[in-house]
Amino acid sequence: MPLEVRTTATLAEAASLLQADRSARFLAGGTLLMRAVNEGDVSFSTIVRTTDPAFARIRAAGGRIELGAGVTMAQILASRELAFLHPVARAVGGPAVRTMATVGGNLFAAHPYGDFAAALLALDARVQLASGFGAREVALDEFLASRDRTPRPLVTALSFERPSDPAAFRFRKMTRTHPKGAAVVTIAAHVPTSGGRVSGARVALGAMAGRPIRARGIERALEGRPLTAEGVAPAVAAAAREGDPPTDALASSWYRRRVVGVVLRRLLLGEP
Amino acid sequence: MRIRKELFADERDDDLRLVGRPVRRQDIEGHVTGRSTFFADHPVSGLLHLRCVRSTEHHARIRSIDTTAAERVPGVRRILRWADLPKKAHNILTIFNFGIDDEPALADGKVRYLGEPIVAVLAENPRAAAEAVAKVRVDYDPLPAVFDVEEALKPGAPLVNEYIGRNWFRYWGDYDCQQIRFGDVEAALRSADLVVSGRYQMSPIEHAPLETNGCIVVPAEDGRFTVYTCTQGLFFSLDNTAAQLKIESNRLHFIGGTVGGGFGGKVDTVVEPLAVLAAMLTGRPVRYVFSRAEEMQVSSPRGAERIYIEDGVMRDGRIVARKIIHYHDAGAYSRLSTYGTIKSAAHHPGPYYIPNVWVDSWCVFTNRTPSSAMRGFGVTGGDFALESHMDVVARAIGMDPMEFRIVNAYRDGDMKAHRKLTQGAALIECVQVAAELAGWPLSEEARRASSRVGGGGERARIPPTPQSRTRAPAAAGRGEPLRAGVGEARRGMTPPPSWTGGQPATAPAAAEPGRREPPLRESERREPPSEPPRSGSGHGAIRFSSVFGSRRR
Amino acid sequence: MTRAVRLELNGVEVAAVAEGGENLLTLLRERLGDTSPKAGCLQGTCGACTVLVDGEPVLACLMLAEAADGKRVTTVRGLADGPRLHPLQEAFMDGFAAQCGFCTPGMLVAAKALLDREPRPTREQVIEAIAGNVCRCTGYTPIVEAVLEAARRMAGRRG
Repeated sequence: MPLEVRTTATLAEAASLLQADRSARFLAGGTLLMRAVNEGDVSFSTIVRTTDPAFARIRAAGGRIELGAGVTMAQILASRELAFLHPVARAVGGPAVRTMATVGGNLFAAHPYGDFAAALLALDARVQLASGFGAREVALDEFLASRDRTPRPLVTALSFERPSDPAAFRFRKMTRTHPKGAAVVTIAAHVPTSGGRVSGARVALGAMAGRPIRARGIERALEGRPLTAEGVAPAVAAAAREGDPPTDALASSWYRRRVVGVVLRRLLLGEP
Repeated sequence: MRIRKELFADERDDDLRLVGRPVRRQDIEGHVTGRSTFFADHPVSGLLHLRCVRSTEHHARIRSIDTTAAERVPGVRRILRWADLPKKAHNILTIFNFGIDDEPALADGKVRYLGEPIVAVLAENPRAAAEAVAKVRVDYDPLPAVFDVEEALKPGAPLVNEYIGRNWFRYWGDYDCQQIRFGDVEAALRSADLVVSGRYQMSPIEHAPLETNGCIVVPAEDGRFTVYTCTQGLFFSLDNTAAQLKIESNRLHFIGGTVGGGFGGKVDTVVEPLAVLAAMLTGRPVRYVFSRAEEMQVSSPRGAERIYIEDGVMRDGRIVARKIIHYHDAGAYSRLSTYGTIKSAAHHPGPYYIPNVWVDSWCVFTNRTPSSAMRGFGVTGGDFALESHMDVVARAIGMDPMEFRIVNAYRDGDMKAHRKLTQGAALIECVQVAAELAGWPLSEEARRASSRVGGGGERARIPPTPQSRTRAPAAAGRGEPLRAGVGEARRGMTPPPSWTGGQPATAPAAAEPGRREPPLRESERREPPSEPPRSGSGHGAIRFSSVFGSRRR
Repeated sequence: MTRAVRLELNGVEVAAVAEGGENLLTLLRERLGDTSPKAGCLQGTCGACTVLVDGEPVLACLMLAEAADGKRVTTVRGLADGPRLHPLQEAFMDGFAAQCGFCTPGMLVAAKALLDREPRPTREQVIEAIAGNVCRCTGYTPIVEAVLEAARRMAGRRG
């Protein structure tokens, strides 16, 4: 059956179309869906897209940041208010991919992709969803756990608190090629300190499971500890027990388990 | 960059006009303006798109293929099967009367590797072709598969390729492997100060050209076909296409030459025969282009190679014996691996004078993707093993690895294991220059060494050579015990399991003790073929001589 | 379902009809006759189809053709000024920055996107700018050199 493209003026209309047609898929930046079209994926016959300006809007002036799901990596990089997220956006693809790839689409990127989603997890982001029945909001880790369920709700926006101290947000991606490469391991961490000790740590891992995950074991091991070699040692040890790392062309499961602690230590201690 | 014109100056006209100077490529203006015409850039309208249903099994019988639903997809024009093929199996070297036709262009009732084409769908657009491919039902009866060369040679291993009839290619009528016999290796190993053995393994390597394999075929006037193709061997592919379709080659007009990256991965002539057949049967222009996934999964890679080396070496650094078993993983079909295996034997024992050499080079079939040509195939894997082993042996006898190479390098006048006299040797000078550039200290003696001094004489002799023919394990007995490598020399490498304790488990190694095969009768004795020496070029001598003899003027 | 797409291709107003779900690469190559962007992977990983859309680099194979409606599209064929080649093209020719030539159009377009934004780039910026463009003939060093050389020449011309 030939493909049909339906372009809507509003997100609500797009959500209704998706709700009504299970063989419809939503097109944001195209880096996932157009690839599927090119490779002969015939599991869907309708493409839904939207020209709703809200879809690509950034609200970053205040303490609560809201990103339309259609905001691209290039838009993030062009926003001075989102400087703390620049290293994350720059970790996605090359310049042309960044012109296209969206923050919403990144939530659906299969392993080993999804670096931005890992960062959003560490920021404790919430996902705004629209369906034919209306809008709702869920926590990102809850959303990721069921992202492959159909019918997929339409992700319209993401929101999270701006880190009070930008230095408390850290991100590192280990790749085999530079400057562009898919992740062997990605770690995003929000590690605010109070009186020299970590308080309220949030750590997320990419490429360490089928999808980006929160690393609760690492978080517990960091709580109340100073960011010193000795202080982070329990968290580094805990890293190897997180997730269920896949084996792929880039790295084996064994290697990912071995190296994740090393990357975590460097990230937490600010080592190169 | 500096050209060392002082070396061998008397052997060369100093008329280098281009080497060492920037030259503009003749095709580069087309490249930078986007005007170079690759095969896919030819505008053709009314195309049918060809897409193959590919095996999801490594090794299986096909019980049935149901194309009923696929044929009903709007836009599908035809589905090609094995029964439609004019020639039921083919190998690209049989046009030169070498090898065996062992590969059907579409599955013949059995699949022998993952991704093997089973049927080919022709449709008006890529989406219809993809839809039809998804709707073809193939019922498989899976067979045990073999993925390792030594496993494939064991008695009782699953037979991969029935056209070949055994899991190894038989050379020159009656040789289970390509072999070199020069001197008495067993005796020399026994009398050596030290024996050092090693096992080396190369994985398959995909060429990954940026332009995937593909072609566009347009039916032309007078029953001819114009073929726009990315092949690296335009007339080789033309002749092979004609042979597979059983048509005169003058019915084919191949247009190409602008190749988006080849590296050896575009000579197998995999896309053209099916696409021309499709154009013949439909009367329509046909486009057949590998997707990136197909290019990575089913286009032939450089094959996996496993190499065992056993060196007998004296304390003064001379290698007196080198015994090599070299396995080439051809995958499920010959392609060009039968030839690559010959090249590997021709390249051993490397650019060194060794008075006793014994080489068995095996072309082995497994259920992996058929491997084929890639940049020095046969030679590259061997060099990786040989030069790694040279370092290991040098360490074992406590010698500098550069000096160790100089001591053993071919010199002019030396007899090679292939019974060719060395001319134009230059390894010593290369090592000297490399050491100089790297600031690597060499002894006075090594610095004074020359490729022109010290060769010939006793070293020009063909030593008495006991003849022994290696038999595949199904037919031959277990090998004579091979001495285990010296402990210190094995540092950093796993001893080959089949060689430890002197009991080669898989044993295509040597004749049974006490039952050495009688020397060949003169009529049976066959040398591996070698290229005739070529005349030199007009631009100075080419000092390359490791395989095919001298090409120095 | 087909859709009419009008766009400005290398400074010229053009129109074509796209099939449903057709990507910009197919529209450019098969409907508009500009075969300079290449299909290397159709996955967004090789960069051979890189074009500029409203001045920003995009992968034509991943962009829905109809999404380019009303946009300004630049391919490598739009780099030259009449018979005068762009300094990037000249520098690529002089510096042997192309071998098989398949990655070259995308590489040049990605480099142009950089120089339009950053006329005096550092080596790191050049490497970053072409990070999404794969060259399998392994010519990255001459490519990076050629982009830097082009930037120098352009700066010289500006005085």
